[in-house]
Amino acid sequence: MSLRNYLDKIRPNFEKGGKLHAFKSVYDGFDTFLYVPNETSKSGTSIHDAIDSKRIMSMVVIALLPAMLFGMYNIGYQNALAAGKLADATFWGMFLYGFFALLPNILVSYIVGLGIEFAWAQWKGEEIQEGYLVSGILIPLIIPVTTPLWILVLAIAFAVIFTKEIFGGTGMNIFNVALAARAFLFFSYPAKMTGDAIWVAKDSLFGLGYTLPDGFTMATPLGEIAQGVQVNNSLNDMIIGLIPGSVGETSVIAITIGAAILLWTNIASWRTMLSVFLGGTVMGLLFQSTGATSIQWYEHLVLGGFCFGAVFMATDPVTSARTETGKWFFGFFIGAMAIIIRVLNPGYPEGMMLAILFGNMFAPLIDYCVVQSNISKRAKRAK
Amino acid sequence: MANVFRLRKGLNVNLVGRAKEQTVPLKLSGVYSLVPDDFVGLTPKVAVREGSHVLAGEALFVDKGCPDVGFSSPVSGTVQAILRGERRKVLCVKVKADEHQESVDFGVKDMSQIDGAGVKDALLKAGLFGYIQQLPYAVATRPDTTPKAIFVSALRDKPLQGDFEYELKGQEKDFQTGLTALSKMAKVYLGVGAQQKSSALLDVKDVEVNVFDGPCPAGNVGVQVNHISPINKGEVVWTVEPTAVIFFGRLFNTGKVDLRRIVAVAGSAVKAPHYVEALVGTPLSEILKDNLKTGFNIRVINGNPLTGIVADSNAVLGAHTSEVTAIPEGDDVNEMAGWIMPRFNDFSTSRSYFSWLQGKKEYNLDARIKGGERHIIMSGEYDKVLPMDIYGEYLVKAIISGNIDKQEQLGIYEISPEDFALAEFVDSSKLPLQKIIREGLDILRKENA
Repeated sequence: MSLRNYLDKIRPNFEKGGKLHAFKSVYDGFDTFLYVPNETSKSGTSIHDAIDSKRIMSMVVIALLPAMLFGMYNIGYQNALAAGKLADATFWGMFLYGFFALLPNILVSYIVGLGIEFAWAQWKGEEIQEGYLVSGILIPLIIPVTTPLWILVLAIAFAVIFTKEIFGGTGMNIFNVALAARAFLFFSYPAKMTGDAIWVAKDSLFGLGYTLPDGFTMATPLGEIAQGVQVNNSLNDMIIGLIPGSVGETSVIAITIGAAILLWTNIASWRTMLSVFLGGTVMGLLFQSTGATSIQWYEHLVLGGFCFGAVFMATDPVTSARTETGKWFFGFFIGAMAIIIRVLNPGYPEGMMLAILFGNMFAPLIDYCVVQSNISKRAKRAK
Repeated sequence: MANVFRLRKGLNVNLVGRAKEQTVPLKLSGVYSLVPDDFVGLTPKVAVREGSHVLAGEALFVDKGCPDVGFSSPVSGTVQAILRGERRKVLCVKVKADEHQESVDFGVKDMSQIDGAGVKDALLKAGLFGYIQQLPYAVATRPDTTPKAIFVSALRDKPLQGDFEYELKGQEKDFQTGLTALSKMAKVYLGVGAQQKSSALLDVKDVEVNVFDGPCPAGNVGVQVNHISPINKGEVVWTVEPTAVIFFGRLFNTGKVDLRRIVAVAGSAVKAPHYVEALVGTPLSEILKDNLKTGFNIRVINGNPLTGIVADSNAVLGAHTSEVTAIPEGDDVNEMAGWIMPRFNDFSTSRSYFSWLQGKKEYNLDARIKGGERHIIMSGEYDKVLPMDIYGEYLVKAIISGNIDKQEQLGIYEISPEDFALAEFVDSSKLPLQKIIREGLDILRKENA
């Protein structure tokens, strides 16, 4: 309890008139992070469910850990594979290489994002919202590991300020913050986000990994398909995730573990998740039967960011449809749209990001229609 | 055979300290108070002076907007004080009880000889009419409204609520008379729970009995109205708390106002949870005398933990209160890093807490909110515990944003704050939903007046 006493002792400094008043939000943030707030209800229900947004966000971060850890390993694996030294590389060597390659991205993401979040909360005199805990880990997982840090800083600042804070913070944003950061990168710095040269880390770090020649290229399977090249990764590799791609998106197995956690804890909607896969399946089958795509429908579902998007991004409760009926349409729309963009638009080998951002845009409209049917029913009854 | 409505949405919160079926009689207390705030929507005008003598059944205050509606004293005695708060708002009227109790005799009424107007008149004269509430707005009703139906819910299914079947024992005749009297004014629907099998409930006459099978809030009268005869704009239904039906029955059977009710004394901070027989307006300190645990901060609630009002040391038994509960306040608890700990003893509908491992265990919850207030983040939380054909989240947003057209379209006339009590309990964004709904209803009532 000495920590509690210490926090109580320094509290006056942060109250109005205290010399550290400018850091009140930060103090509150840490206080509520360390201890469950013991503020009791003044009106309404005297008892409350133990769930709060800190718990929810922490659970999502935990669900993302398998994908992140596998992503670290895969960074090392791809590096060793490209260097032709796979036989010499150890598991820990590859994992640690990946760890050190990804760590700066994660740190930058949290420092910049939370920094803005803290400052904004203080400026508005509000409590710090937890939403960025999730966005902060999502962003490094949905971009190539080689993304330059200064670009990452810009993208995060843009996303946090312009897609979240100006709308009113977590819960009020229209677009998924992490995807907005990725979209910013994608359209502002296409050379750093698309193509064949960015998917494998090329520099040796702390004596780990191998330095690859500057001109080295390695396309993702979807990139190869877009160029009409035969994909030589086996379905096994695609499911385990030992293919080049954005850090967290490659392993279907790791994502499935995350999905299980999210569904078991009821944090993500199974309706949204399932209907994204339904939409993808229907569109994949359709294109496969017309010969518009060269791969099997199920390969579309395991490749690229489809699984990652379906599990972690489409299910974002704030930006997805909010009515239960609406979630079916919302998910199906995203799944179908992702495959349509992949197959019909030669410019974009991957369509998941754009499909979800599209979905975010249409979610209020979908909900409007669902709610309107309830309204019309009530209006009819009154006659 | 009664209609059965099966409700799937909702949640039963199982708390430690349910009242044991044993009634302790309470001695006549010194001072009783009637609180105008118990009758929601009322502007009181005091009808007595300090020092004057009243009989049980004489009005202590009336509704300023409708002076026919009086609110009668539970006891005979001397008016000791009229407490006023800010802007001279009447907080309560205190009556010091006589040793020998006397009531006004309103005369025994034969139910076969009386019509709807006669019933209304008798209730108004006896100062009991104000116990009838109404939807829309969830307020005490007025005699100039014409209800399309009257709803009574005999199912009390909120955490720690008393069992009405137990309360009913020995009062069957008064209950039946009360229902018959109501049925003279409009069609009466009685909602009962699937577990309630006593013939005193199921075989009542002059009313339509419907069975509601499902978790809390199936007992909410508003939920029952929504399933049987949803309210449209311009319509009014009356809702009557089952104990008030007994009050009405007593009036017609004995000619007297008798505001005794069986109250559950429950909760984890109560030493011996049981029932007491007490008059409306009895100080809670008498009801809880020597029965509270010590060693930690306690919250006493006038009502149940979901919808009850936090009681201060002067609080008295509310007019519509069927239970008095006491739970730990919790402001002396410091729990570390709750966002990541398993927290086996904390109830949650989310399986991110490991309390689901323990099945139907009874929980000892305190009054902590356990989180900071946020914008609505998770979707569908409210709808899971709102068994009505209403989009709760959209309605709440319409109220917050003050959009009255939208509120009407989304069904604000069908709800009362208590329907959102469970939503407030499960809400991960910790919004004070009942307060939001109450304020929304009040504004709307003013706009439509």
